[in-house]
Amino acid sequence: MPLRYALYPGCAAKGATPELHQSTMAVIGRLGIEVVELAAASCCGAGVVGEADPEAALALNARTFAQAEQLGLDVMTICGTCQGVMGAANKRLKQEPAVLERVNRVLERDGMAYRGTVQVKHLLWIVVKEVGLQRLAEQVRVPMDEFRIAPFYGCYILRPSWDLGFDDPENPTSLEKVIRTVKGEPVAYAGRTKCCGFPIILEKEAIAITMAGTNMKDAKDEGADFMVTPCPLCHMSLDIYQERAGKAVHANLSLPILHLPQLLGLAMGVPPKDLGLSRHLVPVDSIIRVTEQRRTQQRLA
Amino acid sequence: MRLTFTLTRFHPERDAHPRDEDYRLEVNRGMTVLDALIRIKNEQDGTLSLRYSCRSAICGSCAMKINGTEKLACRTSIRKELERHGQIRVAPLGNLPVIKDLAVDMSSFWSKIKDVTPWLSRPAHNSTVQPSPQSTSPQDSDQFHNVDACIMCGACVAACTSHEVSRDFAGPAALAKADRFIADPREPQAAKRARLVQLEQPHGIWDCTRCNFCVEVCPKDVKPMEAIIRLRRAAIEAGLTSTGGARHITGFVELVQKEGRLNEALMPLKVIGLNLGRLLHVLPLGIRMLLKGKVPNPLAPPIAGIAQVRTIFTQLRQRTKPS
Ligand code: SF4
Ligand code: SF4
Ligand code: SF4
Ligand code: SF4
Ligand code: FES
Repeated sequence: MPLRYALYPGCAAKGATPELHQSTMAVIGRLGIEVVELAAASCCGAGVVGEADPEAALALNARTFAQAEQLGLDVMTICGTCQGVMGAANKRLKQEPAVLERVNRVLERDGMAYRGTVQVKHLLWIVVKEVGLQRLAEQVRVPMDEFRIAPFYGCYILRPSWDLGFDDPENPTSLEKVIRTVKGEPVAYAGRTKCCGFPIILEKEAIAITMAGTNMKDAKDEGADFMVTPCPLCHMSLDIYQERAGKAVHANLSLPILHLPQLLGLAMGVPPKDLGLSRHLVPVDSIIRVTEQRRTQQRLA
Repeated sequence: MRLTFTLTRFHPERDAHPRDEDYRLEVNRGMTVLDALIRIKNEQDGTLSLRYSCRSAICGSCAMKINGTEKLACRTSIRKELERHGQIRVAPLGNLPVIKDLAVDMSSFWSKIKDVTPWLSRPAHNSTVQPSPQSTSPQDSDQFHNVDACIMCGACVAACTSHEVSRDFAGPAALAKADRFIADPREPQAAKRARLVQLEQPHGIWDCTRCNFCVEVCPKDVKPMEAIIRLRRAAIEAGLTSTGGARHITGFVELVQKEGRLNEALMPLKVIGLNLGRLLHVLPLGIRMLLKGKVPNPLAPPIAGIAQVRTIFTQLRQRTKPS
């Protein structure tokens, strides 16, 4: 029996980080996951809509949950920020009937309603808890044992912990577990649970890139070969802004940043072209060279 | 059981760098980290400096970094720390200068609180302005959320990721304090506006990245970031919409309302506007993104069911905005 979810891709995976969507679709089959994409879902609001208009942000998410509810499926997110925002919204909608009722009054105009039966789960959590690390281990074709891999969680998948209820924000372990399962060595470094600065990168670039740069420098100083993140917005500040971030902290970073499903894909032997790796600004050739060599050796053997 | 406590020691006049020192101590299950520190000081090493008073999470003086996270030592159970981390390491709060060992200099913390004028402004005696109410009702006090519960421990400031790289940031505790006065019906509108004008300056409300660290570590559930968000909303509603931060929010909402999704290709224009210098600054990244296929089509059609998304905004905005 495959695990089935309603995939909520989020704007980033459909916009500036299309490689996240591509790599997700390339790996889930091997993990026994089937998805129905919520094509008519809106933006989750990223916490920004909620700053202006909290109830509208709740309603946008209720609308998305109602679509999944109609399919009888739980929501799978692939963005740490979406997970944080949607998880918190779902919790409120379930706990505060008055809010749910107000929101439903608007949705009802189009014959829609949210009954509060859906759960929202990030791909990372699904891999660890529902697919299981055992199954992931069985799928590993290209052990990542030559790499020291720095996990970068990002804020919204960890905090506030009472809205997420998965990892311990003081000492999260899920990314480390995944890294170990694909035979990589997780790097411990100060920045792994910190913030990449993305939400203010357009208006306060100096602050944001110093945050991103400091975290990447920490990881590099601890010997990281590359970083992996479950949040495409983190990916944007760590990858797209890396050159500037490096200058801000006086370091030559050249640290490849992988999306979580890209790491899974490489380890499961998915061809790099199916993982969108050429779309990064910081080249990932150093990783692909090693994994491709392994893949050819295996084909010959 | 016998446990090792690893404490960060530092005497700035004598030591070049902080160093870790281990102390072994017989502890029982119910003890707090503060109990252990006091015993270490009394029984093993009288030179250890730390600050505490009430021992019951009231005075706010014993905040420190316990196993890497900002906590009140008097409220932190040794047993739970062991379960969570398998060790006990204690260091002074970050983001503030160390006076000695576990005691930090809180002066910058206090001066930032003073900077937000943490008292009510009242109209001058000869003012013709309609007097504000003299007292608050229980319903009004709900508007202060939990901000008045703050015990000024500094944990949030020490954990703040924006403060870590930008020491002039007003910081979560002071901004939460400011929010309390914006919510107070006794303060005249003009005074509130003056506050918001000050708060939207650099190092104010728009320097927060919404990382949630302050919310997570606050021992009194003040949720400073939520307070900062309320201040941002108040600033926008007061018409203070020219900062990059405010434009980020209004532009984002506009795009989602129009298209149903966020189009990152259009965000820089919304945030930066027609400032040519700033646009030229982001342009090179935009071009590199374009070459990598990372720029979403700015002309993409809205999502299916966009009419409903627009209804959500028009209907629920009217409801949340005080008329
Ligand atoms: S958080 Fe970002 S990517 Fe996720 S839906 Fe919202 S805007 Fe889109
Ligand atoms: S780390 Fe960055 S993008 Fe990721 S959740 Fe925090 S602010 Fe967002
Ligand atoms: S949410 Fe804002 S104020 Fe709170 S710790 Fe993060 S950056 Fe600082
Ligand atoms: S807001 Fe919370 S963490 Fe910050 S000073 Fe007040 S009590 Fe301490
Ligand atoms: S000693 Fe007073 S709060 Fe801990």
